[in-house]
Amino acid sequence: MTALLTAFGLVFDPYTLFVILLSAVFGLFVGAVPGLTATMATALLVPVTFFMPPVPAIASIVTATAMAIFSGDIPGALMRIPGTPASAAYTDESYTMTRNGHAETVLGADLVFSVIGGIFGTIVLVAAAPSLAEVALKFSSFEYFWLVLLGLACAVIISMGDTVKGIVSLLAGLLISSIGLDNPAGYPRFTFGSIELLGSVGLIPMMIGMFAVSEILRYAVTTDEHAEMFRKQIGNVFRGMWGLCKKYPWSILRGSVLGTAIGALPGAGADIAAWMSYAMSKKFSRTPEKFGTGHVEGIVEAGAANNSALAGAWIPALVFGIPGDSITAIVIGVLYIKGMNPGPTIFINNPENIYAVFIVFFLANLMMIPLGWACIKAARRILDVPRNVLMPVILLFCVVGAFAINNTLFAVTVILVFGVAAYFMEENGYPVAPAILGVILGTMLEENFISSMIKADGRFLGFFERPIAGFLGALTIIVWLWPLAKWLRVRGRAPAAA
Amino acid sequence: MKFNDAIAGACLIALAVAILVHIQDYPLIPGQKYGPALFPGVIAVGFIVTGGILFVRGVRHGAPLVVLGEWLRRPALVTNFLAVCAALVFYVVAADPLGFIITSIVFLGVLLLKFGVRAAVALPVVIVATLVMHTLFYKVLRVPLPWGVLERYAW
Repeated sequence: MTALLTAFGLVFDPYTLFVILLSAVFGLFVGAVPGLTATMATALLVPVTFFMPPVPAIASIVTATAMAIFSGDIPGALMRIPGTPASAAYTDESYTMTRNGHAETVLGADLVFSVIGGIFGTIVLVAAAPSLAEVALKFSSFEYFWLVLLGLACAVIISMGDTVKGIVSLLAGLLISSIGLDNPAGYPRFTFGSIELLGSVGLIPMMIGMFAVSEILRYAVTTDEHAEMFRKQIGNVFRGMWGLCKKYPWSILRGSVLGTAIGALPGAGADIAAWMSYAMSKKFSRTPEKFGTGHVEGIVEAGAANNSALAGAWIPALVFGIPGDSITAIVIGVLYIKGMNPGPTIFINNPENIYAVFIVFFLANLMMIPLGWACIKAARRILDVPRNVLMPVILLFCVVGAFAINNTLFAVTVILVFGVAAYFMEENGYPVAPAILGVILGTMLEENFISSMIKADGRFLGFFERPIAGFLGALTIIVWLWPLAKWLRVRGRAPAAA
Repeated sequence: MKFNDAIAGACLIALAVAILVHIQDYPLIPGQKYGPALFPGVIAVGFIVTGGILFVRGVRHGAPLVVLGEWLRRPALVTNFLAVCAALVFYVVAADPLGFIITSIVFLGVLLLKFGVRAAVALPVVIVATLVMHTLFYKVLRVPLPWGVLERYAW
């Protein structure tokens, strides 16, 4: 109880509130400008939060990402360009609604159901994380080994597209994680005599490269699309929202539940949650034929899903140190820097900080109502900011931010290399998320494997002897074999069809 | 720029072989079966398997070896891409000798003009952005941004 009171004190401190407010404005802006993503917002925030106490640092990330996922919907509705990938699933639908004269309804639905989804995800986070942590306290290296392997499998399988390319991406991430001294043997691997590489590549500069520099490169080569912007005055966006709530209660619930679950699965975040939710909404709708003609139902469901995914992703990140999406991948790095090492003990050692994170989640989602409304009102001005002015300034910010983490220019080289690498990976259909997960979880995977092997005296069967470990092991093997089974089934069917 | 899967596959297999050769020198830990070579070794095997699948798929598919993206046919966009990379290289090379302020002015100025911003707009942006960035990181966050040739005028 005292921890909860301390947590309130930590959040409602003027400095923290000021940071939250600034981050909210920053998040709304970044989300609304096409080409700048919520993950990029996080990567850009890290160098600044580096110098803050833990609670405001985490609060700024929570707030900025929640706002960005909502405001990413705005250019979708007004220009038919998603502000962030999480809005891409229903951009066409939103724009069609705007063209049909329903701009207020679609923007209102974006805002209101983002808030509802976000709060739902937060409630699940608050309810699930501490009880999951109690179970996780009993975990040994065997369980962690399987859990990490299961997380990596999810990242590969859920990432939409080519499974083989997902595995390649994952292996590349694992390879990067093995660079440096940080391995059970303490032997310098792949350092080639470089002192800088002894400490591995540096997670934050790598993320800035993969999520910010790559986006700037993508902007630099865009064959300029002249999008027409909807310029009429926007009226009261809250009109009719209560009616939508009453009309689509199941959609809201389904979107929020699916979003939270997808968020909690490692490697998949708000963007995949939105695509899956939109598809699900169409499947269960009583009027599926209306989808694509400017129908609000899918927007309600997917809009709730992508915001609930944000909170869901924090569940495995806080409890196991396994990121649920690319945002929490960065957050885990920040938690380590701040001495709040993720894992079940965080709920025992730092309960006030964890409660503070929960409070910030609620606060950010509630603040979204007035601030989001203001953002919709100011949307045209935000969307008029010329991106050719913005991008060079952001690039310089990336450079200085990466430099600030360790005060070395090596970090600037890292952002260049990983920026170019991520750009070409996406061009060629290699998903980036599995690579990130590989980098973050590689060390954990190896350490837990080696210590389990020592405990089990080198017997593989030891990995299945504890009940939870056995269950997780079996599950992991099934999930990893799933793509193979699917491939065999397709192959088996192909000759018959021919 | 899209590469045929066969090329990617061949590169991955080459990378895997390089890893396998490299880890031969890694020491064994006395009394333990698994040393520092195990993990990279497993990754290398993974690369061989996935690289092999990609190679076979690429050869069967028979797509062109490299498909140039639309941007690669437009010189202005190619130089845009190169300008971003060059700006980063320039920063790494120039930051210490020239100092942050001068490096930042060149960095932003060149990129802004390259992206088609008018000089009348670019100039104030360069000055304001450089000063804001310098104040935020050097003064507020105490990041030791280099002064370089401006050392004598440091404020």
